[in-house]
Amino acid sequence: MTFVPPSIDWAALAPIVIVLGAAVVGVLIEAFVKDAVRRMVQVILAVVALGAALVTVAWRWTVVQAQGPAELVGGAIVEDTPALMAQGVVLICAFLGMLVIADRVGGEDGFTPVAAGAPGSTYEAQARRLGLVQTEVYPLVLFSVGGMLVFPAASDLLTLFIALEVLSLPLYLLAGLARRRRLLSQEASLKYFLLGAFSSAFFLMGLALLYGYSGSVRFADLAAAVPAMVGMDVVLLAGVVLVLVGLLFKVGAVPFHSWVPDVYQGSPTSITGFMAACTKIAAFAALVRFLYAVVPGLTWDLSPLLWTIAILTMIVGTVLAIVQTDIKRMLAYSSVAHAGFVLLGVIALTSSGISSVMFYLLVYGVATVGAFGLVTLVRERDAEGNVTGEATRVEQWAGLGRRHPVLAVCFTLFLLSFAGIPLTAGFVGKFTVFAAAVEGGAWPLVVIAVLASAAAAFFYVRMIVLMFFTDPDQDAGSTVVRTEGTTAIAVAVCAVATVVLGVVPTPILSLTSEATKFML
Amino acid sequence: MTNPYVPLLVMGLLAFVMGLAGLLSSAVIGPKRYNKIKVDAYECGIQPSPHAASGRFPVKYYIVAMTFIIFDIEVVFLYPWAVAFTELATFGLIAMIAFLLLITVPFVYEWRRGGLDWD
Repeated sequence: MTFVPPSIDWAALAPIVIVLGAAVVGVLIEAFVKDAVRRMVQVILAVVALGAALVTVAWRWTVVQAQGPAELVGGAIVEDTPALMAQGVVLICAFLGMLVIADRVGGEDGFTPVAAGAPGSTYEAQARRLGLVQTEVYPLVLFSVGGMLVFPAASDLLTLFIALEVLSLPLYLLAGLARRRRLLSQEASLKYFLLGAFSSAFFLMGLALLYGYSGSVRFADLAAAVPAMVGMDVVLLAGVVLVLVGLLFKVGAVPFHSWVPDVYQGSPTSITGFMAACTKIAAFAALVRFLYAVVPGLTWDLSPLLWTIAILTMIVGTVLAIVQTDIKRMLAYSSVAHAGFVLLGVIALTSSGISSVMFYLLVYGVATVGAFGLVTLVRERDAEGNVTGEATRVEQWAGLGRRHPVLAVCFTLFLLSFAGIPLTAGFVGKFTVFAAAVEGGAWPLVVIAVLASAAAAFFYVRMIVLMFFTDPDQDAGSTVVRTEGTTAIAVAVCAVATVVLGVVPTPILSLTSEATKFML
Repeated sequence: MTNPYVPLLVMGLLAFVMGLAGLLSSAVIGPKRYNKIKVDAYECGIQPSPHAASGRFPVKYYIVAMTFIIFDIEVVFLYPWAVAFTELATFGLIAMIAFLLLITVPFVYEWRRGGLDWD
């Protein structure tokens, strides 16, 4: 057998190459640029790279519209409209998330200067006095985004696995870098790493079984093997289910959600926003591709499983969110519930299902980045009146609407969008997903989803009542710190997007419905 | 012809039984005479360093370990490439040069940020 080198269409790979290239350059900047200007250079590089990648994705969108989808790098990656749509949504949320990450809220970097230093040690205190900063955060985020760009476009299981690891490994590190509450952060990092490695093992086992079943890791060959092979259903089903476990873990669906609250709570809040939005977008896009490309013949075997997971995810996410007293944990469980809602669109297995999933992910992503961005601004005060860590206990937000109306109104907007109240983007998102699910015949799921949304509205509205109609608790006094401006920009963009997508969703909806036109 | 996975299952079972048998037989028939050296940590025959729990100890080894991983991964890919060098031709050469340049980046980072200074 002679070796035929794959032709590489660099223009089509440009978004991925830009982001990963910027990440590599970022590592070299860490090595050679002076401390004083390093952070500035890194921020500019990261923002420019993400913006450039977004523009490139838009350009490739027009190219694919004109020329149709294509296989790249010997069929390892595909360029089609669903992949580009998912990449675009990931890049939008990553761009906004990067603005929040880059902000030195309250004049203090959100990331620990000495990741290896024990919390409360003199070593750590000394580093803080010296004003040391770790700017490795920016290349790490870029590496992670690079993985997220490959993830929805991967068309064989090995590429999918490598993309999964490229997006996960930097996140494991980033989760442990919070400057305040080091122990929680380290716990989050370790938990995320161990459980993530565990789920990767499941994914790999599934990959091995599917390879054993079909003799190929390519999605297309797998799909062709499903109707052709008889009598090996156990291997196929076991393989598919194990791969699904790996993907559903990243999505945070019940029963693979147990890491979500701890990791979302312990991670630096700006990273939580980025991770909650972008990982979920990329993982759902990959899940959709896997289900649509590989296993349409298995719909009847898999739907009881997926239905159970969707129902559990919606109910567990909603019920546990109601009893949370920590804002980050509440948002974490709410994101679990949202994963359940998105699963409705995935289960629908129709083209309107894909487009509704894309729209919902965009809506959820901007609201999530905005909400976590606002959480970074609200801080506690200690006995001497010094500003310390984030005020994440719910009661510390009491009366915030009176003292900081703009912030509270923005947060309210995001909560209403999460709850799915009309005139916010969340309503349109939920509506399209539920409509797609009904169309796909999953109406019992929609009934449960509507009930779960109604129950979820309770804790979102409770938060709003707390901010606007409750007297502030003097002991738990919280304060809002100054931003350098980038968080304010990100939150403003998210708020405007939430309103605009809720009032005039048609242009974006028609864009997402085009996303299924050129699916490979 | 039976199911092709049956031999695999048999082999897996045999491996499991072998492992278990070793553990069980040494637990049942092995002599149990403990002394200090026998229960000490094994560090390739040298005097074991003090226990981690007894105080602070340098963890600089982890940087050496990570440096090792850089070159370890490099070699893992270099060997198969060398074997298939003629077949892969120019494409393989260019890909390998790109790979080697990329894998040098973390090494440069480590060197510039003081990872190679022992003290």
